[in-house]
Amino acid sequence: MSRLLVCAPDHFRIDYEINPWMRLSNSVVPDRAKSQWYELMRVLELKAGSSLERMQPVPGLPDLVFTANAGVVVGRKAVPSRFRHPERRREEPYFEAWFRDHGYEVIKLDGGFSFEGAGDLLGFPNAWFGGYRQRSDIGAYPRLSEIFGREIIPVELVDDRFYHLDTCFCPLSGGELLYYPPAFDPYGQAAIADRVGQDRCLVVPESEALRFACNAVCVAKHVILPVGCPETMKLLQARGYETHPIPLDEYVKSGGSAKCLTLALD
Amino acid sequence: MTLAQETVVLKGHIIDSLILAKVLDTVLMMGGTFDLKEVQIGTTREEPSRAKIVVRATSPGLLTEILQAIQPHGASVDRESDCLLQPAPADGLLPETFYATTHLPTQIRLQGRWIEVEAIEMDVGIRVDRGFTSARTVPMGEVKEGDLIVTGREGIRVLPLERPKERDVFSFMEAQVSAERPHGHIIADVARRMQTLRNGQTSGGKAGKVLLAAGPAIIHAGGRDALTWLIDSGFIHVLFCGNALAAHDMEAHLYGTSLGYRLSAGRAVPHGHEHHLRTINRIRAIGSIEKAVESGVIADGIMAACVRRGVQVVMAGTIRDDGPLPGVITDSVKAQAAMRAALPGVELALLVASTLHAVATGNLLPATVPTVCVDVNPAVPTKLSDRGSFQAVGLVMDAASFLRELARELGWKS
Repeated sequence: MSRLLVCAPDHFRIDYEINPWMRLSNSVVPDRAKSQWYELMRVLELKAGSSLERMQPVPGLPDLVFTANAGVVVGRKAVPSRFRHPERRREEPYFEAWFRDHGYEVIKLDGGFSFEGAGDLLGFPNAWFGGYRQRSDIGAYPRLSEIFGREIIPVELVDDRFYHLDTCFCPLSGGELLYYPPAFDPYGQAAIADRVGQDRCLVVPESEALRFACNAVCVAKHVILPVGCPETMKLLQARGYETHPIPLDEYVKSGGSAKCLTLALD
Repeated sequence: MTLAQETVVLKGHIIDSLILAKVLDTVLMMGGTFDLKEVQIGTTREEPSRAKIVVRATSPGLLTEILQAIQPHGASVDRESDCLLQPAPADGLLPETFYATTHLPTQIRLQGRWIEVEAIEMDVGIRVDRGFTSARTVPMGEVKEGDLIVTGREGIRVLPLERPKERDVFSFMEAQVSAERPHGHIIADVARRMQTLRNGQTSGGKAGKVLLAAGPAIIHAGGRDALTWLIDSGFIHVLFCGNALAAHDMEAHLYGTSLGYRLSAGRAVPHGHEHHLRTINRIRAIGSIEKAVESGVIADGIMAACVRRGVQVVMAGTIRDDGPLPGVITDSVKAQAAMRAALPGVELALLVASTLHAVATGNLLPATVPTVCVDVNPAVPTKLSDRGSFQAVGLVMDAASFLRELARELGWKS
């Protein structure tokens, strides 16, 4: 059974602009944001059968809701994030405290590299991919590879609208990959196709990639994704996945969607 | 001549991710070059790989741009340290762990700055000045107690030769040693270089000197006239030789023989074996070769041309010398120092028909000086090219034929 770390959007709002999606003028409608978040939680728990760990929201930290960026957790080891932007660095002690309070061995990255957790490090059981250039530094991956004993294939993110790997790259439980190739440079595209296998690559059209179709949560054969992505749903259904579209447009205002709102703990 | 360079390290899963390929492509795309120094590939998928890459560019500015472009892909500049220095323990003695030079352009890192080692030659030490601002090669015998000598291997880099811009035989950067290869185009290329250098002397262009290290077989084989013409025409500026070349050249003038053989008839003449001794004795009586030429006793030939043209001559003696002639340096360490002192400005070296002087000269020359070694014995050019100079061309042929053909290329009417 999957366990996910989440944080209620009590203080979620647009307080700053650190990605192309964020506009201070495009403010969040708090009630809609809340109802969308609770709907996501309902589907994760009841449809996908996930168990949820809730962390305490903190006033003044609007993006704490995006727990995907807390760090990376495997087994009992947790490596907390080191954010690129000072606005989000203030979240670091809260994520770290949560890991410690819940019995995780916390390993901090040294060397001054940025690393934004499961927002940039995703993968399959045998190979992980690490997005770099936008938020995380490539220099963080050799150390992470050492900590977790996994191969990490760094891929450059070349479109700032897809500033985290999880905005354009979603590994599925059956070994397929839902992704948007133009977010990567040709080297990254080649490395991904080579490792995942062309027949397992499900390419999302641009219009749906821009609705964050790839920012989906896959739990066993369930895929929870934002509404408005019919082509993506067809691709998923053809591979035997059950799709659960959820309206999450309040979070798109901040550059996030379903996946950004969760952190896989196991 | 020297490229700007920096060593960078790339580690992690750089092979399957094509990160290594991307970094190398970036270097090339931006007009740089690279050498993959070390590549350690992980033996399992989990194990990381590591590559050490030397990045080169034609200017420090371009190098900085390239390094900035590859840095986000994880290529970090390898940590560098200053070179290690130790004082020489006594006169004529290098510290035990001294760094022995090659003949390639060499830089050392002093107080965080890379500086060029001056007067590079192989098999000597490197001495740093007291102000830590310059470094120069120093032969073992010339070391003074307390001199700061570079030791170990840290903070030292040896730069590869840049391919010469001229598109001629030297730019192939391969040492050719074979009696079976045609010689004509090589000699034509050498002549072209000599023409350029001589033109530079008069027109203020590239004013390099041509060095000839020569053996007495030139006289025996009949190359004296051609060589005399080359010197008289201003194509040769420095001559390294021994007692014999000078003695037989002047013997030819005084007696018409070379080691007793009549040059015109090719037969031994009665008491001919005494001719070179009598020649040496005569010059000793006069006091010097210069005086013999100026007084008209020696009116033609190689030595006369050298005196007339002000060619710098270094004559180094050996243990089998007769006489020797005045001016022959019999202390071989002093002779080596005199040869070394004559090298600055040399842009082309011709090593013709002398194993001893060819090898000695080859050892003193930086690898950047294009060198032609001519000998009928293939062992000599081979020995020279084994030094690893890419700009050394070996010709297996008779010395006189070489000089005549070369002189004809340059306008000699024989």
